[in-house]
Amino acid sequence: MTADPVPGFRYIAKKRRPKEDRRFLVGGGRFVADLALPGMLHVALVASPYPSARIRSIEAGAALALPGVKAVVTGDELARAVDPLYSGLDIPKVRRYPMAVGMARYVGEWVVAVVAETRAIAEDAAELVQVEYEPLPHAGDPEEAMLPDAPLVHPEHGSNVLYRRQFVWGPVDADFAAAKHQVSFRARWHRSATVPLETFGVIASWSQAAGLLDVWASIQMPKFPEQVARALRLPGNAVRAHFDVDVGGSYGVKRGIKHSVLAGYLARTLGRPVRLIEDRLENMRGGDAHGPDRIFDVSIAFEDDGTVRSLRIRAIDDVGAYAGRAPLQLGKPIGAIVGPYRIGSVAYEPVSVTTNKTVQEAVRGFGQSPTNFAIETAMDRAARHLGMDRIELRRRNLLRKDEFPYTIPSGSTYDSGDYHVVLDKALEAANYGELVARREAARGHGQLAGIGISCCLEPSGGNSAFEPLFNPKNETTTWMESCQIKIDLTGSITAAMGTSSAGQGHETLLATVVAEILERDPDTIRVVHADSLTALPSNSPVGSRMAIMLGGAAAGAARKLKTRLVTIAAHNLNLPPEALAYRDGSVAALDDPGRALSWDQLVEIAHRKFHLLPPEAEPGLQASHVWEVPTGGGLPTPDGRIQMYPCYSFECHVVYAEIDRVSGRVDLRKYVVGHDCGVMINPDIVHGMTYGGIAHGIGAALYERFAYDETGQLVSGSFMDYLIPSSHEVPDIEIVDHCTPSPLTTFGQKGSGEAGYLGAPAAIASAVNDALAPLGLQIATLPMSMAAIGDLLATKDAAR
Amino acid sequence: MSLHEITLTVNSAVHRGLVPARLSLVDFLREGLLLTGTHAGCEHGVCGACSILLDGVPMRSCLLFAVQADGCAITTVEGLAPGPEGLSVLQDSFWETHALQCGFCTPGMLIAAQALLQSTLTPSDEEIREAIGGNLCRCTGYKQIVDAVKLAADRLRGSNRAEGGVQP
Amino acid sequence: MKAVDFDYARPASIGEACGLLAAGGDEAKIIAGGQTLVPLMAMRMARPALLVDINRIAELNGIESGSDYVTLRSCTRQAAALADETIRLRAPLLAKALRFVGHGQTRNRGTIGGSLANADPAAEIGLAALVLDARIEAHSATGRRQIPIAEFFIGPMMTALAPEECLTAIRLPLWQEPGRLGTGFQETSARRSDFALAAAAVQLILDTEGTCRRIALGVGGVGSVPLRIDAAMERLLGTRLDDDDIGDAARIVYRAIDPAPDLHASADYRRRLAASLVERALAEAKRDALARKA
Repeated sequence: MTADPVPGFRYIAKKRRPKEDRRFLVGGGRFVADLALPGMLHVALVASPYPSARIRSIEAGAALALPGVKAVVTGDELARAVDPLYSGLDIPKVRRYPMAVGMARYVGEWVVAVVAETRAIAEDAAELVQVEYEPLPHAGDPEEAMLPDAPLVHPEHGSNVLYRRQFVWGPVDADFAAAKHQVSFRARWHRSATVPLETFGVIASWSQAAGLLDVWASIQMPKFPEQVARALRLPGNAVRAHFDVDVGGSYGVKRGIKHSVLAGYLARTLGRPVRLIEDRLENMRGGDAHGPDRIFDVSIAFEDDGTVRSLRIRAIDDVGAYAGRAPLQLGKPIGAIVGPYRIGSVAYEPVSVTTNKTVQEAVRGFGQSPTNFAIETAMDRAARHLGMDRIELRRRNLLRKDEFPYTIPSGSTYDSGDYHVVLDKALEAANYGELVARREAARGHGQLAGIGISCCLEPSGGNSAFEPLFNPKNETTTWMESCQIKIDLTGSITAAMGTSSAGQGHETLLATVVAEILERDPDTIRVVHADSLTALPSNSPVGSRMAIMLGGAAAGAARKLKTRLVTIAAHNLNLPPEALAYRDGSVAALDDPGRALSWDQLVEIAHRKFHLLPPEAEPGLQASHVWEVPTGGGLPTPDGRIQMYPCYSFECHVVYAEIDRVSGRVDLRKYVVGHDCGVMINPDIVHGMTYGGIAHGIGAALYERFAYDETGQLVSGSFMDYLIPSSHEVPDIEIVDHCTPSPLTTFGQKGSGEAGYLGAPAAIASAVNDALAPLGLQIATLPMSMAAIGDLLATKDAAR
Repeated sequence: MSLHEITLTVNSAVHRGLVPARLSLVDFLREGLLLTGTHAGCEHGVCGACSILLDGVPMRSCLLFAVQADGCAITTVEGLAPGPEGLSVLQDSFWETHALQCGFCTPGMLIAAQALLQSTLTPSDEEIREAIGGNLCRCTGYKQIVDAVKLAADRLRGSNRAEGGVQP
Repeated sequence: MKAVDFDYARPASIGEACGLLAAGGDEAKIIAGGQTLVPLMAMRMARPALLVDINRIAELNGIESGSDYVTLRSCTRQAAALADETIRLRAPLLAKALRFVGHGQTRNRGTIGGSLANADPAAEIGLAALVLDARIEAHSATGRRQIPIAEFFIGPMMTALAPEECLTAIRLPLWQEPGRLGTGFQETSARRSDFALAAAAVQLILDTEGTCRRIALGVGGVGSVPLRIDAAMERLLGTRLDDDDIGDAARIVYRAIDPAPDLHASADYRRRLAASLVERALAEAKRDALARKA
């Protein structure tokens, strides 16, 4: 687990205690539920009990009569006052409001909001609201929902298909025809999500006098303030989102746009601050934070020697009852649609389907982990078909270090990598030979044992190139990030970012980068989260981008400040800047170190002594930098090729598992991951996110599922049924680092916020299938619950 | 609404309050005493973010009504540090190994680990995983938490030899 | 997730508690550890008007060892019972079962009586009590009675207790026959601390020849109540619990139960699992007995 030493850095890539940890350890975090404003009111929600129903009438008299109740608001009332919420697709007839308008489209959809002096009273009143429903047929299974006679979730749209396109990159048909072998299969990734331990929450406060809506929210969302403002028909500068709220986990889903628009509306109409904190049940059924729910149909064409020629993937994604940004999760994987492999042509057909289920939201990896699972399953199936070792087959197809930069058929160029070495390192750390012996010994005793392998990419540096790709009317080609730094009169450094954090360690990142450039102690650097009106543009910590983008922006701003310090010194020392050296904040003549100005002196000049500043110089010491995503800026070609994200991290998982023959329990006995995300700004933070990503991947692979029954009811809507892995289910994990710097970034860093999750489900599925192989069984449905595996094993026992 | 007068000791300070019977202990701590370090993650007893020590024993504060804690002594995360400036050995070990990310489960994790270290300073990995087995964490995969508890136990064993005993 | 408004009383004695229950009727509900009740209240699936808190009633706490019985007062914490030397030595099956109950924090608050009164069909304490042929002691304002465990569980979350009754103790008869006592408790759940997908409990006595002289066997999580499988017990009595005997018993269990499918498992999965756990529990109990001195 020790990091490869990266020479030349003072603070970067070194062990350092994360800046933000301390406040959380003493109970001093500042989460949205910890905030209280005078006169604050509380919201509870009446939710639809039906997957599809016309709302005939709403009777709120009894609720309003309850002491302490301030308002009862229906979806119809709200829809008259707000504009529909943003959609990532060009589907104008699929209108989405914070609450159901006329028709409820999933179990748990908000129908009525009740506002009261306390949350308990609001819940009491919510029970008193009488809603008369006319239940309608519902669309459940996504494939059935595509049939001509299926009930329509949005009749005005005319179909349950929200997006469908056939991409063909390269001579797919010819490659399939020429290849000696092909294998086809279906893989299922059932609906799960990140389910952070903190639910979504928001507090909104409207000042009529100032014409300003203040919003504190547990948010991780690009363009959140603008979207709130637009929906509320306010100018952007009338919404101030406070990004200094600690977010209790997100990993993609904390995008409570409907919550925030509702709370903003209520605060504005009631003239009191309004707080909407989801409880856990609301969060799981009505929080609109479910994740990808996919059916993959995959064909892979390959030769005798294991060389893969081509790939066909159709991905049907059940996005639930409305479409926000989530359907774009079918688009992002286009940037790594061949995984880390040299595959000459690809056909990809993403199909986004709406059904009467809870709305899908962005989940860690933005669709990449399910796609990686499909690709890796294809590699395993090809190897099994040939009777070839799975690792050997991968080795033959992995891109070599000397092939970078490498452009894949769908148009993205991978920046750098050293996949074979990472694979070797992981196998060595796992003691692969011994694992094989252990597996064989276990099999010899009649046990089911398997080794899992996955080789997966984490595209990082999050751009939004899937937006113009999936919606030609949206010509977004920048996804910039920014940083402001100032050095105050006392010589203290403060760096500001324009977004909130959910545990990714951005304060440590900023302090480390600024300290690296300015050569000051990171512990003395203050990092703040500016509010949306004082911040420069940010696109929030999505797409595994902050090490690259916020790191790059911070480095840019710090370099500007360093240049200013040198310029001031040059002016005062009567030397050209080239004759000076910057060291630890002081500037000295290269040939005469005694001729120098200290940090304090330079600060003093900048802040007080305008007469000593160079002509035309701005007083004070402040700088900002706004950085465009490296390789960004392009629009897609007509056949849908585009550079998606700039940087590509790589991870190789090696898992050893034993399976109980009766219960189907999968016991992960050994877990090693080789990981290369370039230069790690803070290794402990990167490792932490990787461990956590693997734990999340174990959940998706074996335990977690938002399951619906035939009547459209969510049957795993609490923590008793939605099974998040505990310390017992997550094994001890070993990380082996490797560092292939990115040529595109400031320090060679790549992204790592989605690490572990992108390869764990594929690796665990691989291990399970390796264990089942001697019985001639295979399974490609996640989660592979104990019962599913047990039932599969029983088919064999029955046959015997 | 039935109101009840209660007196309880929280982090060594005595508090009196008039509480509705239905007020959960976690809500009382957070809203009544403004001790917002204890978090409500699920309110149905599964996640453990609301763990506190009740008379020295770790349990869920979402599964207790405040009125039931009348006369009891409670320790929350705010009561773990030796003083406003310092960190306990356990807290410092969490920092050293980066045993947290978003910080939401952390107070409950610390409480669970504190209870373990009060019973043993030589916990095995399995005992540590058992002690935190009722506390869900979505960020860390538990690895650095297990490391932190081991580190704290090591440090406390060392301190106990050297100084004759310190608190976790 | 805030409970419906309710009134609260904290009686100091069993008599006082029973008085409150008698006055409160169907609207009154006892709270002991609350580890099941409070989540139900938070979800508003339980809506008592009066909560009678029996946690501070001293006479409801403690474990006593008599010549024929071990008695656990109802408010004894599960953690206390698990740590108790008497239970470990004299009611080892219960000690084994307790390890599977929730996790440390819920055992610290949850009580023996509370688990029984909640009557979750997958609960471990109820299964152990059934296998041990426990007697449930209940008090009401009009008196007290003993309820054989076989008559206690009526259905999921339903017992023979009347609304005005308070479960005050559970008595576990001691097995006094000569020979070697062995116990086995096996459970499989999705995650470690989840309710059982299925569980099996066995207690038996082997004579010096290794022949089974007495046995009780039950399964949990596979029906509306925990189930004792008499036919399997009869098959094993008088045998040496050879593999064939154990296999037959497991098959009998497989045929005797009729679990319902749910989110987590199919019906047949639960039947197979229960049969397998019975095999394992029997093997465990046999090993346990043989390891003891005759």
